[in-house]
Amino acid sequence: MVPVTYYIGLSAILFIIGALGVLVRRNALVIFMSVELMLNAANLAFVAFSSVNNSLDGQIFVFFIMTVAAAEVAVGLALIVAIFRTKNSIDVDQINLLKG
Amino acid sequence: MNFSEAANTGYFFLAPWLVFFPVIGLLINMIFGGKMSEKAVGTVASLASGMAFVVSVLLAYSLSATHGHTVTVPFAEWIHIGDLQLDWTFRVDTLSTVMMLVVSGVGTLIHIYAIGYMHEDVRFKDDVKRFRRFFVFLNLFIAMMMILVSGDSYLMLFVGWEGVGLCSFLLIGFWYDFDTLGRKSTANAEAGKKAFIANRVGDFGFLLAIFTTFWHFGSLQFDKVFEAASAHPDPVVISAITLFMLIGVTGKSAQVPLYVWLPDAMAGPTPVSALIHAATMVTAGVYLVVRSAPLYSLVHGASYIVAMIGAVTALFAAAIAVGQYDIKKVLAYSTISQLGFMVAAVGMGAYVAGIFHLATHAFFKALLFLSAGSIILGMERGHHAHAHHDEDHGDDHAHVEHHEEEVFDPGDMRNMGNLRKRMPITFWLYMAGTLALAGIFPFAGFWSKDEILLDAKLHAEHFPGVYWLLSIAAFLTAFYMGRQIWMVFFGKERTEVAEHAEESPPVMTVPLMVLAVLAVFGGALNIPELPGFELPSNILHNLGHWLEHTLGHVEGLPLDIGVAGISTVLALLAIFFSWLIYGRNPLKEGQDDPLRKMFGPLAFLFTGMENKWFVDEGYGAVIIKPFEKLAKFLSITVDWNFWHDWFHDSVLYAGFKWLAEFLSEPIDMGIINRFADWLAEMTKRSSEGLGRLQNGFVRSYALSVLLGVVAILGYLLFK
Repeated sequence: MVPVTYYIGLSAILFIIGALGVLVRRNALVIFMSVELMLNAANLAFVAFSSVNNSLDGQIFVFFIMTVAAAEVAVGLALIVAIFRTKNSIDVDQINLLKG
Repeated sequence: MNFSEAANTGYFFLAPWLVFFPVIGLLINMIFGGKMSEKAVGTVASLASGMAFVVSVLLAYSLSATHGHTVTVPFAEWIHIGDLQLDWTFRVDTLSTVMMLVVSGVGTLIHIYAIGYMHEDVRFKDDVKRFRRFFVFLNLFIAMMMILVSGDSYLMLFVGWEGVGLCSFLLIGFWYDFDTLGRKSTANAEAGKKAFIANRVGDFGFLLAIFTTFWHFGSLQFDKVFEAASAHPDPVVISAITLFMLIGVTGKSAQVPLYVWLPDAMAGPTPVSALIHAATMVTAGVYLVVRSAPLYSLVHGASYIVAMIGAVTALFAAAIAVGQYDIKKVLAYSTISQLGFMVAAVGMGAYVAGIFHLATHAFFKALLFLSAGSIILGMERGHHAHAHHDEDHGDDHAHVEHHEEEVFDPGDMRNMGNLRKRMPITFWLYMAGTLALAGIFPFAGFWSKDEILLDAKLHAEHFPGVYWLLSIAAFLTAFYMGRQIWMVFFGKERTEVAEHAEESPPVMTVPLMVLAVLAVFGGALNIPELPGFELPSNILHNLGHWLEHTLGHVEGLPLDIGVAGISTVLALLAIFFSWLIYGRNPLKEGQDDPLRKMFGPLAFLFTGMENKWFVDEGYGAVIIKPFEKLAKFLSITVDWNFWHDWFHDSVLYAGFKWLAEFLSEPIDMGIINRFADWLAEMTKRSSEGLGRLQNGFVRSYALSVLLGVVAILGYLLFK
C-alpha cells in the first residue's frame, strides 16, 4: 500500500501549483482552473486521511467540496461571461476599478 | 363649641354672631348683590348691622342679669405653639358691650342713612355699580370693629384693629378716581394711602407693645397680662408697653403727632366719615387705653403723657377747626379735638368720663357728619338743578357757566348761607348736634364734657395743665361750631346753588332724628348728682356703675357748679362771639373771613389756623422730602449708578465677558478644538495610507491572503 505521506506530498504539490497559478496567471479562466486544482488537492488530502483513519467523514467532505466547486464554477463562469461582454477581455489585471 | 359655665345662662352663646351677621350680610351682597335692587342691597346690609345690634342688646341684657360678671365665649382655636395659646375668644364684659352697642347702634343708623345718601352719590358720580361695593365695605367694617371690641387678647384686638384700618383705607379711597370736588384725579386714593401709612406708623408702635407684652408676661390674654402686671409691676417694662401702645393710639385715634390722616380721610363718602372717622373706628384708641387701664394705672408718667397728648390735641385741632372753610374739614378737626378730650380723660384715669364722652360723641358727631352729608347732597341737588336749568336755555353763556361749575365745591361753607330756609329739617338736626358738641345744658355733650373737665380739675395736682388746655379747647369748640352755623344756615345765600339747595329724603333724615334724640338725651346715660335736686339714685351714674364691673370701683362725682358754670359760660360766650363776627354781619359773596381782620397784627395766627399750622408742610419738609431724597438717592445713585451701571455693567458684565473670552479663545479654540482637528487630520491621513492597500488587483489580494495564511500557520506551527 502506498504510504499516506505520498498522497499528502502530492496533495501539497497540487495545492502549491494551484496557488501559484492563481497568483501568477492573469487569465480568469486559468485562475479558475488553478482554484479547482487547489480544491482537488484538498480533496485528495481528505480521502487519504479518510482511508488511513478508517473514517468516512473525509469522503463525505469531499462530496460537499465537489458540490460547492460545481456551484462556484457555475457562478464564476457566468461572471466571466458577463465581464467579457463588457470589457472584451478576461484579464483580471484590467478589472481594477474597485480600489482605494 | 364649648361655653364657660356662665355662658350657659343668658344669650352669651350669641356672641360670635356679632361678627357673623355682618359677614353674612356682606357675603349676600357680594354674591347676589349684582342682581338685587339698591333697596334690597341696602336693606340686607342694614339688617346685618341691625342684627348685630340686637345681639349686642341681648348680650348687655344677659350681662346685667348676671351682675356684670365678665364672660368669655371661646369660639375657635387659633394659634397653639408650645406655651403660646391664642384662641379666638369673645369677651363680653360691661366695657365691650358699651362699645358693641355704640358701634352697631350708630352703625345701623348710618347704614340706613347711607341707602339714601349713596343712592344719590353714585348718580352724581355716574357709577351706579359702586352702590353695592359700598355696603359690602360697610358691613366688613362692622364685622372688623366687632372683632376689635370683643377680642379677649391683644392679638385678637389687633386683628380687628388692622381690619378696620383696611376698611378705612378702602372707604376713604372709595371714589378712588375722583377728588373731593368730583373731578377725575387720584386725590382720594392718595388720601386713603396717607391714612394707611400714618396708621402703619401707629400700628408699628402697637405691635411693639404687643411684642413687649408677650416677651415680659408670656401671654396676650387680657386677664393674664393684667394679673401678671399687678403681681410684679416693673415700671420700666410697663411704661414701655403703655408708651408703645400710645403710638398706636395716636395713629388710630388721630392724636398729635399722627392725626394728619383724619382731615384727609374726609375724601370718603360722608357716611364713612360719620361711621368710621368720627363715631367708631377712631375711638378704638380710647377703647384700647381703657381696656389696658390696669397697665396705665400702674405708671403715672405714661398716663400723664397720654393725658397731655390728648389735651394738646384737643386744643391744637380745635384751633385749626376755627380756620377751615370745608364743612366736613371743620367736623374732622372737631373730631380730632374731641378725641383729644377722650384721650385726655382716659389718660387721667377718668375712664368712665372717657367712655361716656365716646358714646355721646358717637351720637352727636355722627349726627353732625350725616347732617353735613345731607347739606352737601342738598347743595349737589341745587347744583344739578341749577346746571340743568341753565342747559335749558341752551345758549353758549350757559354752557360756559356750566363748565365752570364743574369745579363747584358743595362742601365749602363760603358757598352756602341761609340754608335753614331750604333745608329746615337738616337745620334743626344740625342745631341739636351743634349744641351737644358745644356742651350746652342739657344736651349730651354737656354732661360728658363736664365730667372730663371736672376730672381734669380734680386731678390738676397730678396732671397740671390739662384742665386749662381742655377749657380753652371747649371754648374754641363752641366758637367754631357757632361760626359754622352762622355761615351755613344764616345770612344770605352766597351762590345760586345755595338758592336751589333741596332738603333730603326721609331715608336720610329719619336716622338723623334718632341720632338727634340720642344727642339731646344721651347725657341721661350718666347723670351726676345735681346740687339742689333730689334725684332717684337708680338713674344716677348708670354708665359708671355699669363699667364698674370691668374697671373696678369708680367714684361717681356730683356735678360741680363751678366747673359746669365756667364751661357753660365759656361756650355761651364763644357762641356770642361767633354771632358778633359771623352772625351780625353775615359773610358776603367772596368776602374774606372777618376773623383775620379782627386778629389785627396777629393775623398770621389765622393764616396758621387756615393752613392747619402748616403741619402737613412741616411733615413734608422734615420727613417726606428727606425720605424722597433718600429714595431718589437709593434709586438713582445706589441702585442705578452703583448697582446697575457699575456692578452689573462693569463688574458682572465685564467679568463674565472676560471669563467667556478666556473659555472660548485659549480653552475651547486652543485646546479642545485643536484636539478635535488633530483627531480628524490623523484619521484622514491613516485612511489615505490604508486606502492604498486596496489597489483593485485581485491577484495582490490573493497574495495577501496567502501570505496571511502562511504567517498564521507558521505562527501556529512554531510558537
